[in-house]
Amino acid sequence: MAVSILHRATGDGMAVVGLGTLLWWLGALASGPEAYETFLSVFTSPIGWVVLVGLSWAFFNHMSSGIRHFVLDLGAGYELRVNKQSSWASIASGIILTVLFWAAILLL
Amino acid sequence: MGRRTTLERYGGKGTAIGQVRGLGSAGEGPHHWVQQRLTAIGNLVLVNFLLISFILLPNYSYATVSGWIGSPLAATALALLVVSTFWHARLGLQVVIEDYADRPGNKFALIAIVNLLAVAGIVFGLFSIATLAFAGAA
Repeated sequence: MAVSILHRATGDGMAVVGLGTLLWWLGALASGPEAYETFLSVFTSPIGWVVLVGLSWAFFNHMSSGIRHFVLDLGAGYELRVNKQSSWASIASGIILTVLFWAAILLL
Repeated sequence: MGRRTTLERYGGKGTAIGQVRGLGSAGEGPHHWVQQRLTAIGNLVLVNFLLISFILLPNYSYATVSGWIGSPLAATALALLVVSTFWHARLGLQVVIEDYADRPGNKFALIAIVNLLAVAGIVFGLFSIATLAFAGAA
């Protein structure tokens, strides 16, 4: 239940904020250095960081529950215990991948 | 006796099942489902390509990032990413609208808006990538 709602919420969030950010990024780069500087200053502000970290979590969470959906599509994983475990695993994996991603961005 | 209509053949609206028949399906089943899965696989590969590229890029200066997007591999991957993500989002938002829009007219209008915005987004994204890709060639 919660995993299903999270899947939809993160999907909708990315559809609006994520794709908007993607187009802003590409459009700013295509428009030239000045527009790109404006983009960078917005997304390196505190709110910008929250948006980017939030988007990365939304992606990794959506990806994890999406992969769980693929397994369910195969007809596997419907036993109550397995189903519950995979729900928790998808939430944990979303958080762990977000942490690993930002660790890699900041440290590498 | 003339030709029987579909309604007559399969039962009218008076029975218990007749009252719910036709209400369950959104009218777009397998085709929508398959596209959702195909674009999901596309997104899985392409968004991870983008995120790993962010990790590997030495810095995020204008010269570095625009030069990277201008390279054939990155330009191709990002063009595919724009199409795949927007189409996936368009399909996903349509399902949300089908679930919550209360009237057929509202449903049609909202789905129309989502489709138009998705196509506009794809064209803007592809145009921006092409601008960066062909900037060096001009």
